[in-house]
Amino acid sequence: MRLSDQERAMRAGELGPAAQWAIEHQVKVGDYLGAADFVPVSQAHIMADTESLGIAGVEWLERIASLPWDQRRVRIPAITDPRGTDFAAAHRLKQQPWMLELERRAISAFEAIGILMTNTCINYQTIMAPLLGEHVAYGDTGVVIYCNSVCGARSNFEGGPSALAAALTGRTPRYGYHLAEHRRASLLVEVTYTPGALDEWGALGGIIGRIAGDYWQVPALAGIDRIPTSDEMKHFGAALASYGSVALFHIIGITPEAQRESDVLPHNATIATHRVGEAEIRAFQKRYSDGIDRVDLVVFSAPQLSLLELQRVAALLEGRHATIPLLVVTSPPVKADGDRLGLSSQIEAAGGTVLAGMCFYQSYAREMAEANGWHRLATNSAKLTNIIGGYGYKPALLSMEACVTAACNDGRIAR
Amino acid sequence: MTATTFFAKAGMGRKTTATALVAKDGFSARYDLDRLRGIFSRPEHRLAGQSYVGRVLVLDAAKGGVATAWMLRDMKARGVIPAALVLNAANPIMVQGAAFADFTMISGFDLDITQAIPNGAMVEVDPAAERPFIRVLPE
Repeated sequence: MRLSDQERAMRAGELGPAAQWAIEHQVKVGDYLGAADFVPVSQAHIMADTESLGIAGVEWLERIASLPWDQRRVRIPAITDPRGTDFAAAHRLKQQPWMLELERRAISAFEAIGILMTNTCINYQTIMAPLLGEHVAYGDTGVVIYCNSVCGARSNFEGGPSALAAALTGRTPRYGYHLAEHRRASLLVEVTYTPGALDEWGALGGIIGRIAGDYWQVPALAGIDRIPTSDEMKHFGAALASYGSVALFHIIGITPEAQRESDVLPHNATIATHRVGEAEIRAFQKRYSDGIDRVDLVVFSAPQLSLLELQRVAALLEGRHATIPLLVVTSPPVKADGDRLGLSSQIEAAGGTVLAGMCFYQSYAREMAEANGWHRLATNSAKLTNIIGGYGYKPALLSMEACVTAACNDGRIAR
Repeated sequence: MTATTFFAKAGMGRKTTATALVAKDGFSARYDLDRLRGIFSRPEHRLAGQSYVGRVLVLDAAKGGVATAWMLRDMKARGVIPAALVLNAANPIMVQGAAFADFTMISGFDLDITQAIPNGAMVEVDPAAERPFIRVLPE
């Protein structure tokens, strides 16, 4: 990689050991992935839950945090993905003291480096959405795919160490989706049924993710017949990224880089074309609900809920009462708004639990299952259904309405 | 070298020799593994129930989220890590995780590497060679 004078100074240790580690790490990654140089980034978003960091990651972070301020500080605004708990509700989830202690140590170290503990995977809905063409270093696949596709920002998937490295150096290797030539479509999907409910958008994302199959594929969708909402794009993108490891999609006529087909489709070549309709979406949903008549809990999470989703859950619970655990997971600002607007108290009065700053699968899901006897889980998040099986759960993908009905009917799923 | 040697487009980490565990499936530390027991735990994964510890995993593509970038280092510290990862297609998260953990990984072949390497074969992976490679060792 070509290095500037400042980058060479970092590599030589002139800005301290944290920046030196960071630029060395970035050069290794950039060399592997074919980056010619670095690109300055305006923000970093860092995965920060201790279920991912583990003790080794927290101890490593603490060593960075122990450096003098001018050697350990971030150089650009840096925010965090959900952490591994909501301290106010950890006892209700039966999380163990050692988990909370590790979380506290991680938070203390991140804060010492100058990172804002925003604890959110919906920063594009609540903190600051990036602009068209803005280069950023974001973690959380759902954040990256939304910001790349819906906002037109430029980011690769940046895992925790790499996002932190970007925060410490103010730049990231210029490869992948920082480059215009990688942002054109590599496959076309003709969609013959525009989804309605959020779980349908997630199912569509899951189907296309499986078709795409890897990080370097860029699907372009044709046939979506209306402008989707931010929450619909959120569920679609999160599932597409989860099932396919995809970081960028286009919807022709809707997303900013695909106003015309010719903006993203090859001019003189054909690309693989697939067709997805209602039958495929129903089959996807069925696959995740067959054989499950009753669930142990309902989870709305992954991604965290927007204020409008929170309002919808509260409305669905009106006059009803959940008789199994009903977990509603959102970001700290949305929780604060939900408290102020009475939505949290409506949900809690109806037997639900509103959790802030965490995400279900990032919060020691396996240990929570064992401590609470949870096994079968209903959710409207296709992303969560893809992840949570590995933690020992049997997930059912249902609409938000069907999830709430199950929660209020001892977990029985209406057929 | 013979036809049992397969060259990759990129590599990282140290030379290693171990038994191959092969499947035409993806890899994500968060989605696919029980990192406490050291086994593949996602029921749909073709290697579900099998131990990955100390094996050279030969798989199709990196999948899932960004967590693997942190997790590989913690897995290494706890001794529940594969010997190496060999992929048809890596994503940046695997590369970042391998760099952070000083873990051996190679990726990018001219053929489907999951069809080329027999499951259970003893293999050598050299990511630092001029052309990174995986080689099936004679029995």
